[in-house]
Amino acid sequence: MSTLVFIEVSEGKVRKSSLEAVCYAKAMGSPVTAIVLGPADATELQSLGKYGAQKVLHASDAKLAKGVIQAYSAVLTKAMQDENADVLVLANSSLGTPVAAKVAVKTGASFASNVVELPTTSSGFVVKRSIYTGKAFSLVELKNPKKVIAIKKNAAEVKESVGSAEVVSYPVSLTDADFNTTILSSEKATGDILLPEAEIVVSGGRGLKGPEHWGVLEELAKTLHAATGCSKPVSDMGWRPHHEHVGQTGVKVAPQLYIAIGISGAIQHLAGVNSSKCIVVINKDADAPFFKAADYGIIGDAFDVVPKLTAAIKAANS
Amino acid sequence: MKILVCISHVPDTTSKINFVDNSTKFDTTGVQFIIGPYDDYALARAIELKEATPGTTVTAINVGLSDTEPTIRKALAIGADDAIRVNADPSDSFFVATQIAEHAKGFDLVLMGRESIDYNSGVVHAMVGEILGLPSISPVMKLDIEGTNVKMTVEIEGGKEQVEAKLPLVAGCQEPIAEWKIPNMRGIMSARTKPLKVVEPKATQPTAVIQKFELPAPKGAVKMISADNVAELVTKLKNEAKVL
Repeated sequence: MSTLVFIEVSEGKVRKSSLEAVCYAKAMGSPVTAIVLGPADATELQSLGKYGAQKVLHASDAKLAKGVIQAYSAVLTKAMQDENADVLVLANSSLGTPVAAKVAVKTGASFASNVVELPTTSSGFVVKRSIYTGKAFSLVELKNPKKVIAIKKNAAEVKESVGSAEVVSYPVSLTDADFNTTILSSEKATGDILLPEAEIVVSGGRGLKGPEHWGVLEELAKTLHAATGCSKPVSDMGWRPHHEHVGQTGVKVAPQLYIAIGISGAIQHLAGVNSSKCIVVINKDADAPFFKAADYGIIGDAFDVVPKLTAAIKAANS
Repeated sequence: MKILVCISHVPDTTSKINFVDNSTKFDTTGVQFIIGPYDDYALARAIELKEATPGTTVTAINVGLSDTEPTIRKALAIGADDAIRVNADPSDSFFVATQIAEHAKGFDLVLMGRESIDYNSGVVHAMVGEILGLPSISPVMKLDIEGTNVKMTVEIEGGKEQVEAKLPLVAGCQEPIAEWKIPNMRGIMSARTKPLKVVEPKATQPTAVIQKFELPAPKGAVKMISADNVAELVTKLKNEAKVL
């Protein structure tokens, strides 16, 4: 009996969120088999052994280069059967989560997404889920023998040790029905740190007065190796790209540090940041509601405070 | 074209979340319920499609007990032609997807929000698609139909994809697919008499059962730092919060 882990590859590298999934599966106890779809570098795959994978199935068929959900679900379902795996673990993502759900339906597995901790098994197989957009948790018993678990960021600690996984070629046979959607093109900011995976996020709101003023924020983000985010009004006005919108109907982030600049802190924005370990708020309005949700706060003009903060960090790092 | 819009009945986004009965039930005291904001995007796009092409009908469906009917009437007020309520507690995603699939046959397009804001699973669309053998796409930011071909813009981490598929399909919607619609007086009046059919659920075994709820640990008070002493923030982030 093994646990199957779906690994997402982006720009040739294994995504950090998938390393968490391997570590989660390893901590569950059974042997871990990882599976990668589409072209990927063999050394990258072998290194999955450092995180706990014993074996990596590589379905390198060129047709799988694009993340077509139906095709991916078909391959993972067959792999679960071939590997005699009762559990599939993967990281929540725009690709992983729907694939996981379809595999659950195909295999008759119990499904849970947004899982934040390892399962407990003292009274049934129970996982803890994040609900109400981070404002609460539910303890859910997965009743069926097979389980599909999609984990939220920070559900497992990424622990690197020594080891090299055996990479095995996994041939697939796909039909036209597996390609019921066509990905025509994709535009992605390359090289940037993905918001949902970022450990530090620097985020800006209307207080920055216009897109032309984002320089001070970008400079701070660069100094911190941080991803950049923004509030809904800023995204709606087109000052920043839509994928930077953090909030109730935008991206939910879970960084170690969230620095909010010129954002008042409407409840809808807070719903996107409540999984942050530490929140810093910089706003010239002392009554900004965000200060109530912050760990640290500075009342001041962003254009004065943020460059000073960037300079102080550079000084501390030198 | 027949469009089915699946709507969830959820606490509004400003609600305080609390639990009662030994943390086994959501505390509805003082809570306002709304159509899920992501479902509102789906419904708005459906109404736009209906207004653009005569002969298009929009049916709203909700899985819920009788307390959801005012929310369903809001969907009718916004412009849905009729509604179905599956009389059951929406216990988990697979249960909800099974019920929707029972009633989705014959529809060309099934729309819903990318996720409901109470349980955030974000998979009912994928499961409905799997049960019915239809393509499912989410989260859709833009959706245009030419004949039976549907062109969509889908948000991915750090960007977007252009995706194409043929009707019938299932889509999970989000901004900016359409502007939320506010019901007008005429809509509100007509909502009272539009058909709202109540049906019993298809029997199915529960696969994921909530045992209990928990609230997060409360946050401490904010520590304010002077704008004249920004270096102190850096020290605290390094040594106290340990996030730098």
